[in-house]
Amino acid sequence: MTAGAIRTQRPSARQRAVSERARKGLGRRRAVNGVMLVVLATAAVVTVLPLVFILFHLVAKGATSLDIAFFTHMPKPVGEAGGGMANAIVGTLIVIGLAMAFGLPVGVGAGLYLAENRGAWLANSVRFLSDVLNGLPSIVMGIFAWQFLVRPVGHFSALSGGVALGAMMIPMIARTTEEMVRTVPASLREAALALGYARWRTGLTIVLRTASAGIVTGVLVSLARVAGETAPLLFTAFGNQFWSTSITQPIAALPLQIFNYAISPYDDWHRLAWAGALVLIALILVISIVARVATRARFDTGSGD
Amino acid sequence: MSGSSVSPAVLMADNGPGTVVRIHGRHIGDRVYRGAITFFAICVPLLVALVAWEIAVAGWPTFRHFGLSFLTSSDWDPVKERFGAAPAIYGTLVSSAIALVIATPLAVGVSVFLSEFAPRWMRQPVGFLVDLLAAIPSVVYGLWGIFVLLPLLRDPVMPFLRDTLKLGSTPFFSGPAYGPSMLAAGLILAIMVLPYIASVSREVLLAVPRAQREAALALGATRWEAIWRAVLPYAKSGIIGGIILGLGRALGETMAVTMLIGNRQEISASLLAPGYTMASLIANEFSEASSDAHLSALMAVGFTLLVITIIVNAIARWLVWRVGGGAASKPL
Amino acid sequence: MSDQRTRLVAESLDAWFGSIHAVHGISLPVPEGSVVAIIGPSGCGKSTFLRCLNRMHETVPTGRVSGRVLLDGRNIYDSGVNPIAVRKHIGMVFQRPTPFPTMSIRDNVAAGLRVMDGHVSRRETDEIVESALRRAALWDEVKDRLGASALALSGGQQQRLCIARALATSPRVLLLDEPTASLDPASTQSVEQLVRELRGEVTIIIVTHNMQQAARISDRTAFFLAGDLVEVAPTEALFTSPSDPRTEAYITGRFG
Repeated sequence: MTAGAIRTQRPSARQRAVSERARKGLGRRRAVNGVMLVVLATAAVVTVLPLVFILFHLVAKGATSLDIAFFTHMPKPVGEAGGGMANAIVGTLIVIGLAMAFGLPVGVGAGLYLAENRGAWLANSVRFLSDVLNGLPSIVMGIFAWQFLVRPVGHFSALSGGVALGAMMIPMIARTTEEMVRTVPASLREAALALGYARWRTGLTIVLRTASAGIVTGVLVSLARVAGETAPLLFTAFGNQFWSTSITQPIAALPLQIFNYAISPYDDWHRLAWAGALVLIALILVISIVARVATRARFDTGSGD
Repeated sequence: MSGSSVSPAVLMADNGPGTVVRIHGRHIGDRVYRGAITFFAICVPLLVALVAWEIAVAGWPTFRHFGLSFLTSSDWDPVKERFGAAPAIYGTLVSSAIALVIATPLAVGVSVFLSEFAPRWMRQPVGFLVDLLAAIPSVVYGLWGIFVLLPLLRDPVMPFLRDTLKLGSTPFFSGPAYGPSMLAAGLILAIMVLPYIASVSREVLLAVPRAQREAALALGATRWEAIWRAVLPYAKSGIIGGIILGLGRALGETMAVTMLIGNRQEISASLLAPGYTMASLIANEFSEASSDAHLSALMAVGFTLLVITIIVNAIARWLVWRVGGGAASKPL
Repeated sequence: MSDQRTRLVAESLDAWFGSIHAVHGISLPVPEGSVVAIIGPSGCGKSTFLRCLNRMHETVPTGRVSGRVLLDGRNIYDSGVNPIAVRKHIGMVFQRPTPFPTMSIRDNVAAGLRVMDGHVSRRETDEIVESALRRAALWDEVKDRLGASALALSGGQQQRLCIARALATSPRVLLLDEPTASLDPASTQSVEQLVRELRGEVTIIIVTHNMQQAARISDRTAFFLAGDLVEVAPTEALFTSPSDPRTEAYITGRFG
């Protein structure tokens, strides 16, 4: 080629062959792209399918058994028609109430500590072990609670079940509290301190109040999770065929009742199990919705212009 | 008028030179507050230590008596007081493996679809539906499994796999198929574990910087090629972390598995045969544990499960954390 | 100055952030009822110095103070002195408005009253809130919506709210840290007007970036540079005939 001259040349045979191959290859590559799109979309559909099926069956098989009697009556002995799960519904409410009584203060307190002592050695260990606690299988929490609270006392109790569930709530509440408290700007704390607020007062009244919406959400979300747990209750609350609201006695709970009825050989009880499952899901749904509404309501302080 | 009484007149008051400025005092309030939150914080490691301790102590007699054979022997006989947890350990690992094999492609597939291909408006609702899978309690999965999944497996699925696809000639699908089986347990576990893998994958994929995708696309790659060559390798360790997180969940699942696995102490190669997992073993036999030895053996199983779960979860957290903090920050 | 009482005196005040020496041995007397402005380029330590006067500097993790600050003759840094009590007697307004987001306008103003020794009745609280809001020139704008969230106010209104909040506890000394830095001219004007009205009743120390503002509202002005107090004098004297060449350089805009 002569230097200094730029000439456009006709593509050589080799160049033509390469671009021809590229054009054909592009078609193939585009086909692959299309196939993958379909495959992935299928994956999405298949993933959501079980959810649809489960909800469908729950409603189909459970809704018909839901009447007032279900909510107000006790379970009937085998063979007799009717009966309900009143004791289990109340029992669940009591047990998750106990769980909150135990898990909430520890979770919020730990969360406050973590937020105020960021890099401290103890804070990092607590954060790490909180994750460990979160990952412990629920059956392990159950046998722990049995060993620690049932065995020495000699009998099952609602309290031991509440403690097992409460312990499972702690990591999430602590994490949410820490995150929410961190979002409170330092300038707010400073303003309170400059007014003569003590640190404890600043933490509890100013910081916690500002972060409360998010914390409430975290508490309710973790509550929704433990409300459906069965394994920790198997050897703690144990279940109770009779009406009992005592926290030092065994107590019925929805998940336990559903389990017992489901594995029984009686059709009647199967029917009740479906109904119970529907109620349980509804309860979890209600708690989740309240969590979301509670967050929004906080910010709607009256404008009154 | 003391310096600290408050009335409108005081706003303009002249606090004269004789006014006592009460500026001395103690701050107990702060000390109590700090003590209280430190106490609550310490409760967390205390609780973990307590759980491990109580179970270890209760299970120790079994470990001491049987030693390592506890983990390797298949002989579980409460009457003769011989305890080998191998079938249960085997079952836990196999059912979890099945779950991961099924759930991973689906979960990663959904996540890739949502973050790369699907129109923006789809992300929230479909993502929400996938997350909803995690909200369904284990016992409800078990209930549905017993009355919907098992009949479905018994006829037509299992006969189809064994006879029509001729998979019955392999050891993995041989033998009678009544329904309750490792396969059933693996399937339900797959559904339960899917949302966890999907959630982590979604976060990790969204965290991949746009520049990666754009660079690939600018070079003329198709959408899929950009994902396969540029995005997925970047997100790989995070996604693997999510998979291991799902593994951690699968290992500890109790209720749904108990209701679907058949609860038989047997190591069988066939997926169509019933089996056992550590969690369902405890759930089934704990209430009727006849002797102290039996109880201790179950506690030993619990301790084994505890240790395995802690290790697996630690690996998962480390992997996800390595990719970039955010994805690991939301416990499910 | 000798016949005026000094409400607040800083004596050889040093302040550190860890190992960074931000304030170098400053002594500054503040006569009662006067308005003292502190001017100087960014980073010269004026805000840090101000925060030492109500023991706020030590709330920062690496903050350390040495020296004395006498409030009506009593050293607030004496051992045994509760810093919380000190802060109840000295009010502070920050650069950015910091209303408490979960409280109403009324509760924001009354926030300081909650921690005062002795109980304040509801009626007294309402009277004080109204008084404070009037002085902060905010009453007319909010009197019909005292229960509304403080966040509904504009930036200028929020800052005036913070001033009302500081005034509600009738502090002897008011510390203002660049209070009009983020405000529009109208709000700035009302804040300056307030400072003029308070002169004589409340001792005010105001840190400001704005020399004209210092010239408008203060009796005495102190010029800080790199942690040192270069010069302090009656305002007019400082601005018309500064004795230190560095002061002159700053005032004439050669740096800053």
